[in-house]
Amino acid sequence: MKVWRHHLLAFLLALGLLALILSVFVGRFPQPYWMPPTLLQENELARQLVFNLRLPRLLTAFLLGMTLGGAGAVMQMLFRNPLVEPGFLGVSQGAGFGAALAIIKISNAPLVVATSAACFAFLGLMFSYALARNLRYGGWVLRLVLAGIAVSALFSSGIGILKYAADPLKQLPEITFWLLGGLWGITWRDVLYIAPIVLPALFLLWLMRWRLNLLSLSDDTAFSLGVAVGRERALLLTVSVAATAAVVSVSGIVGWIGLIVPHIARRLVGTDAQHALPVAMLLGGIFALVCDDLARTLFVAEIPLGIFTSLFGAMLFAGLMMSNVARSRE
Amino acid sequence: MKSPILSLTDLCFGYEPHAQVLRGVSLDILPGTITAILGPNGAGKTTLLRLILGLLKPQHGTIYLEGRPQKTFSRREMSRLMGLVPQSEYIPFDFSVLEFVLLGRAPYLGPLDMPREQDRAIALEALRAIGLEHLRDRATPSLSGGERQLAMMARALAQQPRLLLLDEPTSHLDLSNRDRVLNVLRAQAREGVTVIFTTHDPNLAATIADYVILMRRGALLAAGTLETTLTAENLSATYGIPVRVTRVDGQLFVVA
Repeated sequence: MKVWRHHLLAFLLALGLLALILSVFVGRFPQPYWMPPTLLQENELARQLVFNLRLPRLLTAFLLGMTLGGAGAVMQMLFRNPLVEPGFLGVSQGAGFGAALAIIKISNAPLVVATSAACFAFLGLMFSYALARNLRYGGWVLRLVLAGIAVSALFSSGIGILKYAADPLKQLPEITFWLLGGLWGITWRDVLYIAPIVLPALFLLWLMRWRLNLLSLSDDTAFSLGVAVGRERALLLTVSVAATAAVVSVSGIVGWIGLIVPHIARRLVGTDAQHALPVAMLLGGIFALVCDDLARTLFVAEIPLGIFTSLFGAMLFAGLMMSNVARSRE
Repeated sequence: MKSPILSLTDLCFGYEPHAQVLRGVSLDILPGTITAILGPNGAGKTTLLRLILGLLKPQHGTIYLEGRPQKTFSRREMSRLMGLVPQSEYIPFDFSVLEFVLLGRAPYLGPLDMPREQDRAIALEALRAIGLEHLRDRATPSLSGGERQLAMMARALAQQPRLLLLDEPTSHLDLSNRDRVLNVLRAQAREGVTVIFTTHDPNLAATIADYVILMRRGALLAAGTLETTLTAENLSATYGIPVRVTRVDGQLFVVA
């Protein structure tokens, strides 16, 4: 078991690098699906395309997947609930509302939309948190879950109103696309905007990965094992949400990665977050990258990324849950 | 006379401001002894345990651990001093039994540390002591209630505390496992670990305890050595029904 875990991690690392390198040559230029690597030496346009468009986009896709997979694993443990996903505390719906509001009222410039989305993502979290503090029902975890559901519903009804009010020819398609998630138009500026938030956050979560196990125990037990339960939970939650809000603000709502990838990781290497968290991050990164490759390559017009992540995520999940890998641990 | 590892002075506590669950509890516990906290359901036994653990803050009175006020202990110091075996625990993820027991090493690891080889050895030793070694790779949710209770016990042993708190430690155990747990507790006490457990079963106290604390409605009715405290008179007052105490093979036996 131990050896196979290390091999899997090394394998995923190699696979991730390979996927990143191959993805550079996948696309619809100069012809659909594949660009011969030699073209980079000959063609100035190819160089421009790869370094200014494809590279930042690939890196963003990988970071997006790592963040959603990792933050999903962290949040599921923090909330002691395997059905939680990283945006559920009002973060995803808040970001969607912020983006829709910006598209309608201000401008559809990417930076404006992303900034508004990030602001509302945090607003969503703050609402959820404040509401949970004032609920008079259940324990802390249950109150946060309930508050998250309520605030998400509030923002999604807000999105509904904005869509209703939007110009159906100009603004509505833009909002719809944003809500389905996608990485078109990503530039180095976006990478420079999310990397300083996402990379330290992921690194900290990775460092604290064994400690995470303790926070999945009941409060009494965690306390008796020396955990400052409230403080440590708040720290890890803030870090995960900050990273999630950052990536969601440039990508839109990309569903299912944060929910499913942690499950797959746990099925592969066991519950212990010492092993499951790195696997969830790498798996998420590879998964998002491959889905994004398909989204931008398969058809002439780009398909929103969220559609592919849901499609393949659900299929992969069902397949793995029925397979021998899942049964071998029982 | 050794100095007490745990002293409570005039402890008062209530979950609501005017409904006190504990009223003026004072007692001293000596190191290396086994103490049973005995009383009917709702007497405040678990609340007392949670106060000692530091999960609840007393409204009045002070808790001293090894002569120092509880407030002055850091979280890490406290977790090295005291371990808890809860009555039951909901485990949402399928940790293997060994991974679960390894979590007991947390007090000796920094926030960024991974368990080391020596921690694994200690966890395995704890599993061996509790007789659960053959289940080390099983997923915890697939364990029976009794096996899970043993796993929680093994985790507390891996924690190597000087004061071991147990809440109804044998509630899910069959006869042979109960016997095994009692032997482990005796062995711990011989090595100098102080054991405090709650129970509503007077015969469990009679089997293993050196000292008995009788509680009813948040107050101490009686406290002292097993022989002097576990009397028909005291037990009748504790449970509110007539109770007889006899001897079977030299050991006290309580019949209601």
